[in-house]
Amino acid sequence: MQVHKYDVIIVGAGGAGMRAAIEAGQNAHTAVLTKLYPTRSHTGAAQGGMCAALANVEEDNWEWHTFDTVKGGDYLVDQDAAEVMAKEAIDAVIDLEKMGLPFNRTPEGRIDQRRFGGHTRDHGKAPVRRSCYAADRTGHMILQTLYQNCVKHNVEFYNEYYVLDLLTVEEDATREDGTPYKQKRIAGVVSYDLATGELHVFQAKSVILATGGAGKVFKTTSNAHTLTGDGMGIAFRKGIPLEDMEFFQFHPTGLAGLGILLSEAARGEGAILRNSEGERFMERYAPTIKDLAPRDIVARSMANEVREGRGCGPNKDYVLLDLTHLEPAHIDAKLPDITEFARTYLGVEPYTEPVPVFPTAHYAMGGVPTNISAEVLQDNDTIIPGLYAAGEVACVSVHGSNRLGTNSLLDINVFGKRAGMAAAIYAKTAEFVELPESPEASTVALLDHVRTSDGGEKVALIRKDLQDTMDANMQVFRTAESIDRVLADIATFEERYSRITVQDKGKRFNLDLLEAVELGFLLELAKVMTVAALHRQESRGGHYREDFPDRDDENFMKHSMAYKDAAVSVESSAEHIAGIRLETKPVVVTRYQPMVRKY
Amino acid sequence: MSPIETAETAPEPASKIELPAHVGGGGEIPTFDVTLRVRRYNPEYSEESTWEDFSMTMYGTDRVLDALHKVKWEQDGSLSFRRSCAHGVCGSDAMRINGRNRLACKTLLKDLDTSKPITVEPIKGLPVEKDLIVDMEPFFQSFREVMPFLVNRGHEPAKERLQSAEQRERFDDTTKCILCAACTSSCPVFWTDGQYFGPAAIVNAHRFIFDSRDDAGDMRLEILNDKEGVWRCRTTFNCTEACPRGIQVTQAIAEVKQAILARQV
Repeated sequence: MQVHKYDVIIVGAGGAGMRAAIEAGQNAHTAVLTKLYPTRSHTGAAQGGMCAALANVEEDNWEWHTFDTVKGGDYLVDQDAAEVMAKEAIDAVIDLEKMGLPFNRTPEGRIDQRRFGGHTRDHGKAPVRRSCYAADRTGHMILQTLYQNCVKHNVEFYNEYYVLDLLTVEEDATREDGTPYKQKRIAGVVSYDLATGELHVFQAKSVILATGGAGKVFKTTSNAHTLTGDGMGIAFRKGIPLEDMEFFQFHPTGLAGLGILLSEAARGEGAILRNSEGERFMERYAPTIKDLAPRDIVARSMANEVREGRGCGPNKDYVLLDLTHLEPAHIDAKLPDITEFARTYLGVEPYTEPVPVFPTAHYAMGGVPTNISAEVLQDNDTIIPGLYAAGEVACVSVHGSNRLGTNSLLDINVFGKRAGMAAAIYAKTAEFVELPESPEASTVALLDHVRTSDGGEKVALIRKDLQDTMDANMQVFRTAESIDRVLADIATFEERYSRITVQDKGKRFNLDLLEAVELGFLLELAKVMTVAALHRQESRGGHYREDFPDRDDENFMKHSMAYKDAAVSVESSAEHIAGIRLETKPVVVTRYQPMVRKY
Repeated sequence: MSPIETAETAPEPASKIELPAHVGGGGEIPTFDVTLRVRRYNPEYSEESTWEDFSMTMYGTDRVLDALHKVKWEQDGSLSFRRSCAHGVCGSDAMRINGRNRLACKTLLKDLDTSKPITVEPIKGLPVEKDLIVDMEPFFQSFREVMPFLVNRGHEPAKERLQSAEQRERFDDTTKCILCAACTSSCPVFWTDGQYFGPAAIVNAHRFIFDSRDDAGDMRLEILNDKEGVWRCRTTFNCTEACPRGIQVTQAIAEVKQAILARQV
């Protein structure tokens, strides 16, 4: 085992990680650990754009953007964080342009902007052109531009290093009111080198989690195979809470049956949804902004059309995205990649035929709780000095119960930058925390178990069964019964997981072993999502309970905080689930009081 | 952009239309049997590489990546290959399929001749590590050497730099690169001379040389005027055929060659 020492360790090389690396790398001894090569991260799959109130093409301002973000998140957004994001959005876009990002341009040569779901002029009056974009590959351009700038600044990368543990220590401390508590501190991380199978311990003053999401808990998903929630999982196992995990976004337009994303930019450019009767059904669900309503509303409307028998295809299980009224030249100029996806994967020509689409699991609104400086919280108020998180792994919370389109590319840039700056500043004055004795011990134990377990259960089969039950029971419509089914299923998966057999026993590039480790994270996170969904007896944003169809601000306008806690038994848990303790955290409200959410 | 319709000027689409009977694909998805013939190599156990056949039943919408997953998840967990996004944007799974460089996630099985075994090998010219996994470091080293980042020496404006739509369009094609190495590892010159920068590095240099905001074009042209630079290109077009993003790679290399000559005149 090797031990390395850095001021700042960044875990993950997607948009948030590399944006942080550009800041930290110029100010502190920094390394990025990433389980993929840097340009492989799923930021590159984002398509439509990044919103900022530049007002390049029509009147706009950051306050409207803040309001849209808060309303889009169904008032579960922390309004101080949304304000920071909307304000800093403008500089974040300009920063990227100066780094070289090739945005599409207006006739005057300024950054062009287009419409996107839920982004409106003057508090909901009409759609506004706020999304800055580079064709329909904005995420690709952001990822490439950030990597290019990491090369420019000689950022050090450890490629294909899987971080499997956070090294934390706990110290006795006393709160201002005199009550004693355990203060967590970060000492570093343990990582697994895919090429050799060796463990490497990285001691660091600051650690930034930027590991992305966990979409692979679902079957139909826009997420990459590698999005298995590793960062959330390792934090949770170290007693760090996970916030608002019941809120998962289903993007309305995944290619039917495949889940591959077709950007909301298609609807921003004028495409519309139709059911089997050829009807533009969004007129009924969101009369003002129709197909450009926020994603949770559109996804539910689509699922409802299918449920009521107006789905298309042989099994009547999808609806149609219609671009046929748009000029082919317009489609080619603005939406080249996604129309190619339809041709490649479904054999459908979008110029002349509508494209089969259905909601696809897309984005975790919840994650590791942070404050607006990207510092990770160990409870509602106490930060863990030196530990930061940004991007989809984090919950700051700018997305509340439903993220608006484009706000994730914005989130990674704004809070990635903040995390990188804060981590470097902290490292300047902080001392290294002494590594715990045998820092690698629990990782060795985890890997030994996975490697030597010999019960014959297949990892891929358990994963498929998990994804099937999550799709069937935890998608856009949920009830207590459907949630209970998932919890019962997960109990059987946990038992089966204890009896897995991994076939590959080697050291080199043992992805078989790592898929087993990743499944452990998926099971753990699916359980947290499901328990939190059971607890939340209301419907808000991406979480829709048919048995509680209304939003209930009196009882539930608060964040959920799930802790791994061995002391919680089936009897002591309100949800009758051992090992998870659910608490709540107040929502930060500054200027917008909750209103009925209509579009 | 040309004066085409935008979302603002286009007429509102009809509330209801008549749909043709068999709209949007539909129909039963056909199944068929395929055999993958995969090049296996694991130096932990043997220095020899061997072919191994795997047979399975697949669906009409399945890709080569789905078949590889089926092997890994159901038959042989030790089969090793890189993949991530599974829809052609991350660049992880470039491999040699029936002798041609492609992304496994963008190659539909039904588009291949499934009456014979489908051969799957690692891309050529980079050291093989295990099965379909190669050492990408030499590839990224060439990328880093061409200064693949914007250099601007001018006064920094408070807002964005201006760039016309035409100037932006000039280098649009080469911004599509996903660094999958399908082009570079299809190049016969690269196979025999590992020092050659290779098409992908030149594509990424092109992306900045022709960006109106960039001031380091001369330096990049100097780098690529090297004996291992653009002049090694023999214009065989393998790279253009291999590019899963449809980039006109050979043309981009030709434009860089012309830029070097124009500068020297």
